[in-house]
Amino acid sequence: MARRWTNDLTRDDVTPKSLWLNRRQLIAGLSAVGAAGIGGPVAAKSDLEPNTWEEITTYNNFYEFGTGKGDPAKNAPAMDTTGWQVTVDGLVDNPGTYDLADLIGDMETEERIYRFRCVEAWSMVIPWNGFELADLLAKVGVQDGANYVAFETVVRPDVMPGVRRRVLDFPYVEGLRLDEAMHPLTLMATGIYGEPLPNQNGAPMRLVVPWKYGFKSIKSIVRISLVAEQPPTSWNKANASEYGFYSNVNPNVDHPRWSQATERRIGGGLFAQRQDTLMFNGYDEVAGLYEGMDLTKFF
Amino acid sequence: MAVVDRINAAVRRVPAWPIYPVCALWLAWVFYRGATGGLGVEPIEALEHEYGAMALKVLVVGLAISPLRRHAGLNLVKFRRALGVSAFVLVLAHLAVWAVLDVQSLDRIWADIVKRPYVTVGMAAFLLLLPLALTSNDRAVRWLGPKWRRLHKLTYPAAVLAGVHFLWLAKGFQLEPLIWLAVISALLVLRFRPGRGARPRAAPTQG
Repeated sequence: MARRWTNDLTRDDVTPKSLWLNRRQLIAGLSAVGAAGIGGPVAAKSDLEPNTWEEITTYNNFYEFGTGKGDPAKNAPAMDTTGWQVTVDGLVDNPGTYDLADLIGDMETEERIYRFRCVEAWSMVIPWNGFELADLLAKVGVQDGANYVAFETVVRPDVMPGVRRRVLDFPYVEGLRLDEAMHPLTLMATGIYGEPLPNQNGAPMRLVVPWKYGFKSIKSIVRISLVAEQPPTSWNKANASEYGFYSNVNPNVDHPRWSQATERRIGGGLFAQRQDTLMFNGYDEVAGLYEGMDLTKFF
Repeated sequence: MAVVDRINAAVRRVPAWPIYPVCALWLAWVFYRGATGGLGVEPIEALEHEYGAMALKVLVVGLAISPLRRHAGLNLVKFRRALGVSAFVLVLAHLAVWAVLDVQSLDRIWADIVKRPYVTVGMAAFLLLLPLALTSNDRAVRWLGPKWRRLHKLTYPAAVLAGVHFLWLAKGFQLEPLIWLAVISALLVLRFRPGRGARPRAAPTQG
């Protein structure tokens, strides 16, 4: 693990719990972030003020629980995540269906404060707790010939109204190229603000890929497969002309139905100003992964 | 006395004018909730959707008045102007939130209108409603004569465009916009099918 991503923010940089539980809509003047991005990732990151617990946990896309932004917070608590199991299969040394504690119990979690940019042109800053996906992949042992990692979300029609209405072709599936999955920025999150992930945020374990649109960061994972070929991904299956496999945050490539040049940071209230969207959501260190690729074609 | 006649008699005693202040108060109330956190952590999108959805609902209610009279004998025509004007005011509020609070700049507004099909369609619906709102007064009715009725048939394409606008911005397979579009289509079919209030055009031939 020669090039681990170093976290330049600590617990001390995060709003104390007593404050973030009450603090609302105080970060309207966050426009400095856009300008600071040019100065490099370090400057950009230290300017980030995380969104509040309320913002992060009441404004969600989790279509299994409904298409409204408030639906996941309303419906997801009915999901019981005790006894959670994750199947690891494909080109791995240690395939099997693991109890979550057995799979990740020995992972060292740390805090990562990341920008989160939704494909719908809104964004947040979220203090995740988690571990690098690379560490988990090292533990299960990636075999030669594996080029991609495929992920699958749990399907529980009894507590998931969106699944019963077939909003998408469930189970929700996502995927990363192996080098993307191994990148030190790529996180498996199990908490926010030091608390366990709420169900609407993808409990008990979700992916976080901060330089890609939010829908790539698949929630409530029950399967991780190492595969040779590029795996299918849910939104790409639903509409290939709108959602590509890569889905890197890119202000220069618009969604066919709306612009991606700017975004609205959640929490600014009714008069929040739009801010410029940054290439790779400000995480320029991933640019090398896509060298020589036409990102208008591989969007 | 049939139920319909009794309703018609009751309706004659209900004035139409309160629709205007109710509409204005509702707009202000939802705006207030958006400004004070009552619409959740993303009030701009919420406000835009609240105004847009209500505009569509009021438009559909207005659209239902003719078929109700033709096919059910229910006469609510006295409310039609107030409903139509209110629907337009709601559309205007929806448009203002989109332009001023959401998109925020003139070049982005223009780019959205020409580049984004659902914005183009929504804007077309607005433009169709504009002359109707401007001619929703007695002077215009007298001045235009029979042309007024023809002009106001633009409500139908406007409603269809509004339904398409709603459908086009949905992600994934969503039922609600499809239901609205189905209701609008059904009202269109009812409107242009002769009902019990219509004169038969020709005697059916025996065959």
